[in-house]
Amino acid sequence: MPGAVDVDQAVSAVRREGPRGWSALTDTVLLIVAALMLWQAATMLIGHEVLTSPLATARRLSAIMADADFPAHAWETGRAFGTALIIALAGGLTVGIALGAHRLSGQVAEPILVALYSIPKITLYPVILLLFGLGISAKIAFGVIHGIIPVTIFTMNGVRNINGVYFRAARAMRLSGMQTASNIILPAALPEIVSGFRLGFSLTLLGTLIGEMFASQRGIGYMLVKAMEMNDVATVMALALLLIVLATTASAVLLVIDRRLRQSMVAQLGD
Amino acid sequence: MTRPGKYRWALIIAALALLEAACRLGFFSRQTIIAPTAMAAGAWQALGSAEMRGHILITLASVAQSIILAVVVGFAIGAALYCLPRLRRTLDPFLASYYAVPTFVFYPVFIVLFGLNRWPLVAIGFVFAVMAVIINTLDGLSRVPRGVRRAAKVMKLTPVQHLFFVMLPAAAPWLFTGAKFAVVYSFVGVIAGEFVLSGAGLGHAIAFAYNSFDNTAMYGLMLLLFLIVGGINMQLWTWEQRLYARRG
Repeated sequence: MPGAVDVDQAVSAVRREGPRGWSALTDTVLLIVAALMLWQAATMLIGHEVLTSPLATARRLSAIMADADFPAHAWETGRAFGTALIIALAGGLTVGIALGAHRLSGQVAEPILVALYSIPKITLYPVILLLFGLGISAKIAFGVIHGIIPVTIFTMNGVRNINGVYFRAARAMRLSGMQTASNIILPAALPEIVSGFRLGFSLTLLGTLIGEMFASQRGIGYMLVKAMEMNDVATVMALALLLIVLATTASAVLLVIDRRLRQSMVAQLGD
Repeated sequence: MTRPGKYRWALIIAALALLEAACRLGFFSRQTIIAPTAMAAGAWQALGSAEMRGHILITLASVAQSIILAVVVGFAIGAALYCLPRLRRTLDPFLASYYAVPTFVFYPVFIVLFGLNRWPLVAIGFVFAVMAVIINTLDGLSRVPRGVRRAAKVMKLTPVQHLFFVMLPAAAPWLFTGAKFAVVYSFVGVIAGEFVLSGAGLGHAIAFAYNSFDNTAMYGLMLLLFLIVGGINMQLWTWEQRLYARRG
């Protein structure tokens, strides 16, 4: 199964990792330096007007962030993204647990979810606009339709892979449905759920930005599409850099949590 | 047909019937959403017009080019990263955050690089799809059981034999998953690019119908697109499940 908890692999991953710290940090710094050098070389190769250099991009980014309009745009995007993320995570978690715990519903729904995940959701923008109108609700809807399905699929697979003994124990202790969900299912499927959250985070951000590009007059996505239309490569690069830095930082934090959870699972299973 | 399969079709048909009834009874205005039968009529009309068939074919051609490039390049990069575990570990957080960046903002850059033709669209599809292939190749290769690799060493296989007789077959299901995602993401990338800036293709035709308030054509084309992508994807998914079941 893609994304299944493979104990052997997790154990060997933990062994491989060993004590990390300074060397990992140096590696990351080296990687970033190498990427910046590649970027600079590419700029020199194909020209400044096509690909802005790293230094010029950083300068443009600080100019954009110093602009008086920027906080309002950033706040708008942040608000829409935050709302969409909460809806996508809560909705995906609820539906995923329900579908994972009930075998038949899961079997019925899985191919439908996979098909929905695969359609290019950008083409739905006319429908979303017609349903929600221009403004923040259309952006939130766009973020949610991108993020909710992966969270659901990961949660469902996580719940399915839970050892059946746990469910029998829950029944023996006469736990109610809610108690089973919060005391058994959630902790047992947590590593998978965090992996789903990681993907959901990225895709919700992507969806919100796409929503802003088409359905809004405010926000970072709107700034992007305007720069694109005016062929202002420096601004496009600066905003892309900002998004890459934000998304990578959030993703790195979630990855650390993910690894910790998997290690503690392995430790428990190893006893 | 299996029991879940029957329920699934019943569910889909019930949902469509509900939407049909809601539209016919006037719960939604015709400007918002049209009945599924009207969408099907629109799709049939689109298939009948040579112009629309041209849009569809040109999109499919670009998607196919993007898939081939993404699978070949993605597999090569994934295999290289597998051989360099330290680089891979350092890259991990970057790989995971890759999809948060709306790649198609680089479309103008691609246009300047490749000229005003279909290649910038292929490039967007490729950039979008290649990372999924890389991630799944890595995943598959690192899941090859240690016992299998040891057995290969005992039999003194050459590196080439090791790759083709041991690693690739053992990682096949994951490589297939990578190829499946290459198909999905190539469609998403190419269509998104056509939506934003292009004079041809299915994405452009949908955006054009929307801007000219032609809801029948718009929903008809969307239906065609979802049938094409959904159909291909369901087929790939079925094969994929069989591969994973066989590997156990």
